[in-house]
Amino acid sequence: MAAPRAARTNNEVDNPSSLVLRFGPDKPLKLDAGTLLSPFQIAYQTYGVLNDARSNAILVCHALTGDQHVANTNPVTGKPGWWEVLIGPGKIIDTNRFFVICSNVIGGCLGSTGPASTNPATGTPYGLDLPVITIRDMVRAQQMLIDHFGIEKLFCVLGGSMGGMQVLQWASSYPERVFSALPIATGARHSSQNIAFHEVGRQAVMADPDWHGGKYFEHGRRPEKGLAVARMAAHITYLSEAALHRKFDRNLQDREALTFGFDADFQIESYLRHQGMTFVDRFDANAYLYMTRSMDYFDLAADHGGRLADAFAGTRTRFCLVSFTSDWLFPTEESRSIVHALNAAGASVSFVEIETDRGHDAFLLDEPELFAAINGFIGSAARARGLAS
Amino acid sequence: MSVNGSQRVDLEVVANLIPPQSRVLDVGSGDGSLLELLQETKQVDGRGLELSQRGVNECVARGLSVVQGDADTDLEFYPDKGFDFVVLSQTLQATRNPKLVLDELLRIGNRAIVSFPNFGHWRVRLSLFVEGRMPVTKDLPYSWYDTPNIHFCTIRDFVNLCEELGATVEKATALDANGQKIGLSMPWWFWNFFGQQAVFLLKR
Repeated sequence: MAAPRAARTNNEVDNPSSLVLRFGPDKPLKLDAGTLLSPFQIAYQTYGVLNDARSNAILVCHALTGDQHVANTNPVTGKPGWWEVLIGPGKIIDTNRFFVICSNVIGGCLGSTGPASTNPATGTPYGLDLPVITIRDMVRAQQMLIDHFGIEKLFCVLGGSMGGMQVLQWASSYPERVFSALPIATGARHSSQNIAFHEVGRQAVMADPDWHGGKYFEHGRRPEKGLAVARMAAHITYLSEAALHRKFDRNLQDREALTFGFDADFQIESYLRHQGMTFVDRFDANAYLYMTRSMDYFDLAADHGGRLADAFAGTRTRFCLVSFTSDWLFPTEESRSIVHALNAAGASVSFVEIETDRGHDAFLLDEPELFAAINGFIGSAARARGLAS
Repeated sequence: MSVNGSQRVDLEVVANLIPPQSRVLDVGSGDGSLLELLQETKQVDGRGLELSQRGVNECVARGLSVVQGDADTDLEFYPDKGFDFVVLSQTLQATRNPKLVLDELLRIGNRAIVSFPNFGHWRVRLSLFVEGRMPVTKDLPYSWYDTPNIHFCTIRDFVNLCEELGATVEKATALDANGQKIGLSMPWWFWNFFGQQAVFLLKR
């Protein structure tokens, strides 16, 4: 066992440093793949205090390579929480006022059961023996976590990108448990182009000889090169041409002239290599396969006879959708089609498109207009919910 | 989408037509003035549709439920009789297809409230008659080449359109240049001459 354990990407997989909720054989997780996952665990963090009425809970859903450490220093990277610009004491999502929950998704690698977790049946990591996980599976697990807190209705569910997909799934699967929903830079389905990019990433991982059919831990190896390439390709889709031009143009990296070789002559090359290298230090390659697959499989309308409005029929949830002008991964049209469906369902919906050249990743950044929209939406929802300011 | 430079004297007239706790869709909600007024004074369940992204973002930041969209193309997504009232204030003249838009309002709302600047007002007539030029006034501040108001109508024109669409005029108010209501007993021609703005309550 020593060798595979040493090769783990991080020490957070089975015994994370965050809070953990473990579900025994009596409480299996029903998966869309048609099997039960049991036992399983959810790693999560909370911030603030749940009020007596249990009406001030906000669930934050993380994106593809995010984790539960939304508003505290990340134990793996040592960096600030991924949404600390938004969430914390006195911030837009004020943890002095709200009880914020964020959990690592099922299939992830920061402590919730995923492909790097130890399979109790074999004593070795699941690898590809873990069934494919869907967005709905993630949400089903989160719902069991919310039950654990005795929260009947979440005040708000919010998230961007893959997190936004979870928000939409929450609102569709458990409308009576979601008072307000804030899906950002997301879509009700993954587009063909997005599936294509994900497939490139997966093929890069699987082409790495160190991948070993997903059993790299047993070989004491990790497909770092493949995963780094996957991250590099994906990272381009999170930015925009304008932002790349603004930041890097054709600038050379620490040199005066082209070297007529294949070193990172350009700053953009060096930047992407750095992104790839730091990523493999924190993320499990198989988990990357599972996360990307979950997004590819997401198609909320298909679950409702092809009519997206039916996914939200009769909903009383208050929605606010946000898109960014330069996001070509989830362009505004994706949000607009959700808005049209919500209009058709008679839902209460706001929709803002934010002008920025920062691409898809804008949702993670300090975007004043985004914060103004979130602030306005959360504020009016809190008044409607009777939460004191 | 408010395309009229004047102070919105029609807002209060519109608000007075709407009973408390109604479900209201404000088409062309601008900076959200009407929705805010209705939420504060009538506790309505209000939604907005607004063309300009800046207007929408302002509304949402103020806690209003508003989406970016175009009255000409996005009304089709709303269900039949989804609202008690659909309001179109100072926007009809800026739509590409006013007849279709009005038809949609009557489909979506149990009642429709439409306000618009009256192109039959005597100042407009005077400008055309005496100067032979398209009118530029305090209320209609645009020149002909840059105006978003592409489908002006007079009060009489609008009454005809309502008839064509099978809509009943339940209430109509004309406001003079000072924003004062013109007496109810006056005939249409009088309103059409002295009314600077008109507010109609319609049902079908």
